[in-house]
Amino acid sequence: MTLTSKVLGSRAVAALTSPHGVDRYLEMFHPMWAAIEVRARVVDIHRENPDAHGSAPVATLTLQPTSTWRGHRAGQYVQVGVEMPGSARRMTRCFSISSAASLPGERITLTIRANDEGTGGGHSVSTFLVNEAKVGQMLHLSQAEGDFTLPFTPTTGGPDPVLMISGGSGITPGMAQLRTLLRDAPRMGSSGGRTNRKVTFVHFARSPEDQIFADELAAIAAADNNIDVHLRYGDQTFSEFELRRLVPDFRNTDTWACGPSGLIELVRAAYGEVATPEGSGATDCPNPRLRVEFFKPPALTTGAAGGEVSFTRSGATGENTGATLLDQAEALGLNPESGCRMGICFSCVKTKTDGTVRNVLTGEESSLPDEEIRICVSAPVGDCSVDL
Amino acid sequence: MTITDIPTKLAKKRSTVRASDPKNPNLTAEQLEEFGAEMDALRQRVIADLGEEDAAYIRMIVKRQQQFEIAGRALFYLPPAWPLAVAALSVSKILENMEIGHNVMHGQYDWMGDPKLNSRIYDWDTMAPGENWKYGHNYIHHTYTNILGKDRDIGYGILRMDEDQKWNPYYLGNPLYAFLLMVFFEEGVALHDLEVDRIRSGERTWEETKQVGKPIVKKVGKQVFKDYLLFPALTGPFFVSTLIGNAVANLVRNVWTFNIIFCGHFPAGVATFTEEECENESRGHWYYRQLLGSANITGGKLFHIMSGNLSHQIEHHLFPDVPARRYPELSVEVRALCEKYGIEYNTGGLTHQLWTVAKKIVRLSFPNAKRKTDPAPATGLDDAVAA
Repeated sequence: MTLTSKVLGSRAVAALTSPHGVDRYLEMFHPMWAAIEVRARVVDIHRENPDAHGSAPVATLTLQPTSTWRGHRAGQYVQVGVEMPGSARRMTRCFSISSAASLPGERITLTIRANDEGTGGGHSVSTFLVNEAKVGQMLHLSQAEGDFTLPFTPTTGGPDPVLMISGGSGITPGMAQLRTLLRDAPRMGSSGGRTNRKVTFVHFARSPEDQIFADELAAIAAADNNIDVHLRYGDQTFSEFELRRLVPDFRNTDTWACGPSGLIELVRAAYGEVATPEGSGATDCPNPRLRVEFFKPPALTTGAAGGEVSFTRSGATGENTGATLLDQAEALGLNPESGCRMGICFSCVKTKTDGTVRNVLTGEESSLPDEEIRICVSAPVGDCSVDL
Repeated sequence: MTITDIPTKLAKKRSTVRASDPKNPNLTAEQLEEFGAEMDALRQRVIADLGEEDAAYIRMIVKRQQQFEIAGRALFYLPPAWPLAVAALSVSKILENMEIGHNVMHGQYDWMGDPKLNSRIYDWDTMAPGENWKYGHNYIHHTYTNILGKDRDIGYGILRMDEDQKWNPYYLGNPLYAFLLMVFFEEGVALHDLEVDRIRSGERTWEETKQVGKPIVKKVGKQVFKDYLLFPALTGPFFVSTLIGNAVANLVRNVWTFNIIFCGHFPAGVATFTEEECENESRGHWYYRQLLGSANITGGKLFHIMSGNLSHQIEHHLFPDVPARRYPELSVEVRALCEKYGIEYNTGGLTHQLWTVAKKIVRLSFPNAKRKTDPAPATGLDDAVAA
């Protein structure tokens, strides 16, 4: 870091610029000046599936982050905050970074599918970014987060093979990993890099038209780079039998799986991870070879319903349906602040004043009074009151 | 900590609301309920309409305040411009405390989802730590507004601002205490949360006080370091003139905020309430109490901005979490509702309101006169109101 950024990030400067902080002053002069927070300017928008008329549009956005961006490892995600037009409300969602690992201040790309689910018919961040954002749009970013990353580089470590399984938009972190492996691999003549370990890349998409990165994947498949690409469409859904055919010893192979929760449940079962009866996502016998990331917590079906949920600040009450508190609040017409809806961004933290909640990610139950909980991943067990 | 354990000696029995309006409305419980529903509808309409204009407004105010701040801090390098520097810094500090700090910390802009304008995160440029203040102000004062024995903003534990506060010779100094509170308002607000008066009376332990005191010490240190050491030091040879300038700007803000705030609840005609009247009160009665317990100041647009729209204290108390820039438009409808239900709407010019406050401060430094000479005659209120 330069001396300037060290000084600007110092406590003395924080004291001088209180209560707003130094970034509020820097951005008065230029939107790309920042000392602590991360912002990014959209410098390019590229539609990935212009021919897919039946499914949601997908676009790749190239972002130039502020100099405060610390870089990312392939497979990580970033929180993107957007001041939505009309409501002026900042909404935050997480997106995997689709470009190869970046260094501080370097450009990154996000590949995003427009998805209106979970917004009650309103505008979603992804829809805005894909359909409405223009080059020059400023976004709020977090630093890169997440551990869905490769622990090695193409030139380090042993020859252990790697397996990547993805579905739909879950291709993005895997794509970032493939791109990083190829970019950093030793070059063999003019044909590009060749990784020192066998990589099997299995992806499930709705249709060939809906396949994003199709040309790039075809090129990777054709080149001599030690990477096998298997693309499956439509009815060719995931099966353990098929996986065993591709990678006979898959259970003992380092695997990264990313996709919709349905796919991830199947993959987990194939790896011997038995989901708990509620489908809460907790595992009874985790397989250390398998790393997963999924879009939404698996829906709760049984077990927790019954009793009454009350949102004390708004006065809304309803019968406990067993869904997460965020879902139940929204079903009652409330509009609480929320972000990632998967328990990572802490935008939706509220105080549970009374009752028991279960963390739908871990299955852990807690009955502490006046406890701060993330309502997007907390489902009430029996009666429950939340200050909301 | 709860505030339900009020010692019985404070819970005096009083059966009337003191509202000076001769046409004090004897609203029935049904009328109150209807009145509350109309207020709720008003509030809902504005909340549903919040959007880009409100966001743009608060961002514009923050930007202007920052420009005044930069100008003020920078002009101290130019000794002949000292009065200008103090003026710019005073404007910045007033804007920050009134239209930004107070309102942001009320959660008026939480809906924007901007962490920089979030009530849980923002901590204003004053010695009172946000956490303490939010408890004492947003919760206690705004919930129990003008309930004697519950609302600690009646006299701030130092002054006698209501006839029903028992007189003792200490209160002969009422005008002096008020003057000192004006000069040291920032310090006073910071220490207010210590509730020193309640330590004296044994309602609060030293242990509790220490817990509240720690963040105060930290915040006061931060403010002193910034205004009386760091910024003066940065101006090098002008250290002393910068230090004095910062002190004057803080004084200007103290005097201004004291006067605006004292016009909010202490002008003649503002009602106080007993705990009995407010037990299990309906939402309609809560609105009614906020209305009778607050007073507005008339003025131009700039005046309203510089007072953080607390010149619309009535609307602020009815709708504390609605962005303050909406109060002027709300006041038109609130007044119409007041006329419909025959409820007094207390408003007047700054000098008029201040004059009645000053008179009250002086009058209450002496024991109560006989009731018949009381300028604010007690008026019976239908029992239904308190139900």
